[in-house]
Amino acid sequence: MTDAVAGTPGRTARVVLVDDHRMFRTGVRAEIGRTESTGIDVVGEADDVESAVRVVAETRPDVVLLDVHLPGGGGVEVLRRSAGVMGEPGGVKFLALSVSDAAEDVIGVIRGGARGYVTKTITGTDLVDAIFRIADGDAVFSPRLAGFVLDAFAATDTPPVDEDLDRLTQREREVLRLIARGYAYKEIAKQLFISVKTVESHVSAVLRKLQLSNRHELTRWATARRLV
Amino acid sequence: MASPAPEPADSAPTADAPSSPADGPEGPRTGPGRPPYRKLYRSPHSRMLGGVAHGLAVHLGLPVTWVRAAFVLLFFANGIGVLLYAAFWFVVPIGIGEPALGAAGWVWANGQFVPAGASGVTPDPLRKAGRGRVGRLRDLLQGTFQGEPVIAEQAVPGEPSAAASRRNAGQLAALLMLVIGVMWLLNALHLQSSQPYAWPLLAIGVGVALVWRQADDSRWARWFGLAGARRRSAVARVGAGVLLVAAGIIGFLVVEGTGNGVGAVLEASIAVLAGVLVLTGPYALRLWQDLGAERTARIRAQERAEIAAHIHDSVLHTLTLIQRRSEDPKEVQRLARAQERELRLWLYRPEAAAEAAPDTLAERIREVVAEVEDRHGVPIELVCVGDCPMDERIAAQMQAAREAMVNAAKYGGGGPVQVYAEVEGRTVLVFVRDHGPGFDPDTVPEDRMGVRESIIGRMKRNGGTARVRPAPDGGTEVELEMERAADD
Repeated sequence: MTDAVAGTPGRTARVVLVDDHRMFRTGVRAEIGRTESTGIDVVGEADDVESAVRVVAETRPDVVLLDVHLPGGGGVEVLRRSAGVMGEPGGVKFLALSVSDAAEDVIGVIRGGARGYVTKTITGTDLVDAIFRIADGDAVFSPRLAGFVLDAFAATDTPPVDEDLDRLTQREREVLRLIARGYAYKEIAKQLFISVKTVESHVSAVLRKLQLSNRHELTRWATARRLV
Repeated sequence: MASPAPEPADSAPTADAPSSPADGPEGPRTGPGRPPYRKLYRSPHSRMLGGVAHGLAVHLGLPVTWVRAAFVLLFFANGIGVLLYAAFWFVVPIGIGEPALGAAGWVWANGQFVPAGASGVTPDPLRKAGRGRVGRLRDLLQGTFQGEPVIAEQAVPGEPSAAASRRNAGQLAALLMLVIGVMWLLNALHLQSSQPYAWPLLAIGVGVALVWRQADDSRWARWFGLAGARRRSAVARVGAGVLLVAAGIIGFLVVEGTGNGVGAVLEASIAVLAGVLVLTGPYALRLWQDLGAERTARIRAQERAEIAAHIHDSVLHTLTLIQRRSEDPKEVQRLARAQERELRLWLYRPEAAAEAAPDTLAERIREVVAEVEDRHGVPIELVCVGDCPMDERIAAQMQAAREAMVNAAKYGGGGPVQVYAEVEGRTVLVFVRDHGPGFDPDTVPEDRMGVRESIIGRMKRNGGTARVRPAPDGGTEVELEMERAADD
């Protein structure tokens, strides 16, 4: 990863790191936690579900970097028990950060309320960028997450329970595919002749559908398709 | 049943016996330097019926023919031979995995007895293959009573169920015929009139034999396994055994003249059985649960051992390599990437799916990505949506995709290459994108064949299309579109 990690000047975000590997927490903190240069202030760390829920409730950060696999129930459990601080406007937002490739893990935390998912191979710059986007209320889809979502919403063998929720619009699909192809939001906007704001709203709509979707088999289905 | 009787025929200890402790006292004699005590097993090798004679021969170090002859002789002494044989058959477990006649045993070869193994003469364990009707009847008998498949299949757990069920039906038929035949024989010998209990006793004996053999350890192990067909056949055998015993008891009562009281006796028996069940039920349940728990623990331990072995084989070795070559960042990255990929695949790939479809688009493109990544040292991020079986067109598309990835790795400025593959209906789309300086395909000189031939030409020849275009914010994107072959 590079040294040239720089956030948006003048902006700060308070972040809590939740990961059961101390080495990883230390590494991330060293990379993004240099407040003057990145604008990110790591206000707390936790290594299991219990401590995560406690630390989040105490510190009320802007963004929680949440590992998917945690002792005591995993990231999903943290999300479930933090519903209180998550719901309110300007509340705590969660970004899933995982090494896991398993669709059920990824889709699970997203449905649990996380605003995005990135893999641990992400560069420091991109991570800082993602944190600020999450703090702004946007959703962060890595190419891989976009792939999972496309797969989960693709060819349905069962009739959707809720037509509006269980279907992605043509535009949303296009946006997701471009993300999966490695396009940045800016590039997507250029390609589709829409504004970056519109791209963001499409992504947020997809996230909402994913979290509210009635299709219980979503996860199972995605797993069955043996995604990368 | 008679207790394990003294061995027939005085056992003459053979001279050549480093590995043959002639029938010693029961009990371990495994002192240091001493050969391990040879337990008495029924031998699954070249047996005639239950492997008793053979097992005894091996155990005693006697020629198997002698033992057999002893049994036959004893048969004429009021049938003691049969009883003895039956007793051994019941009490002595079969030695699966036992060697055939070892150095302790003797085989008939070239007109004389020779110690097996000493002269290159080995009893043919497959002697049973391709023999006549008698041999098959013998198999049926063996199979019926103990579900012991013939040798060739003994080593193979979970044999084809169709064949197994066919054999089961045959076995049951054989059993019935055997019973009928024996009854006829008894009748013919006028045993029936003088000994009216012969029939019921025979029925009870056969029934008990059937049920008992199911309690064999290996049988139980398989019961707990998931093999449904085997389990059903075992249940059927036990059921048949119980029926036989019941029929025998009733016949017994009828013969005895207390047939009128059958109803009362039945009631009383059921009442007693119910009482026993109520009393021992909880214990049995506990036992059952303990068994389950133990089994789970064992499976867990096995799994952990497997994971440990895998991590040792791959991850630890890679880490060692990385420590050794830490001054070569390229190599370190390559090793780490390859290891990460392998471990991911191992951890997250649904096993069943992987086995069911070994050659699909997702599989293939993963291989291609791994290969290019390793060779060119540029990380490639693959996202794959949907999957389909490979066909010739898709294979061509994969070759084109490979070429595109190589180009992206070479000229893409070293940044990560993004590959996206999607199967939508019959259409397979592959995008390969880099973040390099980009290039205009029109300015590429005519003699550069890479893109034109390997990618665009190849796709065209196979009925697909390829587009190469600059990505919006720098870099190049190659789009490959192909219809899958019509037949599925």
